[in-house]
Amino acid sequence: MAFRALVAAAFALMLAPVATVMVISLFRQEIVSFPPSGLTFGWYVNAWERQEFARGFATSLQVALLAMVIGVPLGTAAAFALVRGRPPGASALSTLLLGPLAVPGVVAGTALYMFYLRAEFWLDRDITSTLEGLVAAHVLLTIPWTVRLVTASLQGMDRAAEEAAANLGARPFTVFRRITLPAMRPGIIAACLFSFIQSFENLELSLLLVGPGRTTLPVAMLNYLEFRVDPTLAAVATVQILLVAVLMLITDRFVSIARTV
Amino acid sequence: MGDLVLDGLGKRFGASVAVERVDLDVPQGQMVALLGPSGCGKTTTLRMVAGFVPPSAGRVLIAGKDVTRAPPHARDTGMVFQSYALFPHMTVAENVAFGLEMRRVGRAERDARTREALRLVRLEGLQDRLPRQLSGGQQQRVALARALVVNPAVFLLDEPLSNLDAKLRGEVRMEIRALQQRLGLTTLIVTHDQEEALTMADRLVVMERGRVRQVGTAEDLYERPADPFVAGFVGRCNLVDGALEGPGTFRAASGALLPCTASAPPPGRPVLALRPEHIRIAPAPDGSGRLRAITYLGAQTEYHADLGGTPLVAVLPTPGAKDPLRRISPGDAVAISWDPSSARLLPAAQHDEREA
Repeated sequence: MAFRALVAAAFALMLAPVATVMVISLFRQEIVSFPPSGLTFGWYVNAWERQEFARGFATSLQVALLAMVIGVPLGTAAAFALVRGRPPGASALSTLLLGPLAVPGVVAGTALYMFYLRAEFWLDRDITSTLEGLVAAHVLLTIPWTVRLVTASLQGMDRAAEEAAANLGARPFTVFRRITLPAMRPGIIAACLFSFIQSFENLELSLLLVGPGRTTLPVAMLNYLEFRVDPTLAAVATVQILLVAVLMLITDRFVSIARTV
Repeated sequence: MGDLVLDGLGKRFGASVAVERVDLDVPQGQMVALLGPSGCGKTTTLRMVAGFVPPSAGRVLIAGKDVTRAPPHARDTGMVFQSYALFPHMTVAENVAFGLEMRRVGRAERDARTREALRLVRLEGLQDRLPRQLSGGQQQRVALARALVVNPAVFLLDEPLSNLDAKLRGEVRMEIRALQQRLGLTTLIVTHDQEEALTMADRLVVMERGRVRQVGTAEDLYERPADPFVAGFVGRCNLVDGALEGPGTFRAASGALLPCTASAPPPGRPVLALRPEHIRIAPAPDGSGRLRAITYLGAQTEYHADLGGTPLVAVLPTPGAKDPLRRISPGDAVAISWDPSSARLLPAAQHDEREA
């Protein structure tokens, strides 16, 4: 009973901020106070009409999808090579690949910014504030998750199943396609989801790398916050939360997230 | 369908020898068991036949064709794995049909043969289940059907019963043997369980530390073991170190004189092998033996005795209520005897495991 209460309290603590944001987005008054003087969808209309949020949403979506499409195959290949190829220093390599998780986003973003400036000088072309530069940075976010999730699904599989397929007449590539890949599938799908979310919600890494007219949604929200505090942000955040929730639910239909992660 | 020949097959991993040299001929339709303790090289031998382990020496011939260098998918073997190795994302029917699909068997024939294979292992009606929805025994039968449906030239079984509970194991053992005989499958089975090997196989290969110790029928191995290891591994055996003093007199290391019929000692140090059921024990106050312990096993009773410093185990039918043997107890003096012809003199190996 006490344990149940504790679990309920933990869930309440986790969900309270989310619920608060969603409720505030409907308050009528500009300065948030309780009780609300009335409810309105006006802030959603405001968010939609302000160019920066719509454009930020489009940029974030574009960057997140590109980072996912590039990062997940790379991370999957790395995980496969680490588990199956067992190169010398495999454990050091996999720690290195998880590195981006350990480095604070602001530090990594600053480091990347300085690196990009140096690279711009050498290559004599723009990298900061370009889509390519931003996507490359976000690929770094997707790799640790992909490597971890795909490694787990590879390690969990019974290798005898691959031998059984070969024994039944399957050539190596057929074994990979029909047996190994399906075993990796839950890990890969979960990796796509987490990569997308990581990139879509990222603020710190992107902060210095976005350019004029190419701002991601979280950065656009921060910019807005510098000048005004009204429920428009809550409305944008609510849309963001709902999008992620929907993605999670869709993914969960294909693989049980709770079992994979 | 075909025969299987292992010709001087060997495997070393770096400096360590996994399989020394196996010569074996399994004629069409025969079932041969590779028997030995874990680490004896039996599984490595099986995996060399299937093509998962490249041999360091020797050849594998299936139906007269040298397949030593052929990859696993090009060898006509059907293997049942210890873990069953079912494809978790495929239904029972898809698992069974996989080998036919790889052989490009047409849809209609594939379905018919899959149904027939599932009927053979009594799994009709479960074709649409996933492996995880089946019990261990059912999964095992799917693995059997999947390997059998392609009509392999050689049927390979790697400890197929080790993941089943004791009761099921006995049933499945009979089932596999019946299937193998009905379909006339050339079969190689790996097991560490001597009972399994004795009841299922036409011939047994006893292996130890990468070496073949003896090849023969169950009777050959039990009645005429080649060395103390085989005597101790196949059935139980009293193994006594000592020396042959003259024809029929074997002096144990402890000093006791043990009768046998051997007249010439085998090369090296001899070991006297005596099956527990060949020893007779009788109550005798002036007997030279002493009883140490009695273990009641139901139909049989085990007597641990000591003959002039040499421990011996005898297994006798449990005596009836009126039998004088019923009244002896540990510590009593007893007469211990056996037909000298049942005591066999074996050459001691460098490292003989013994069991009393």
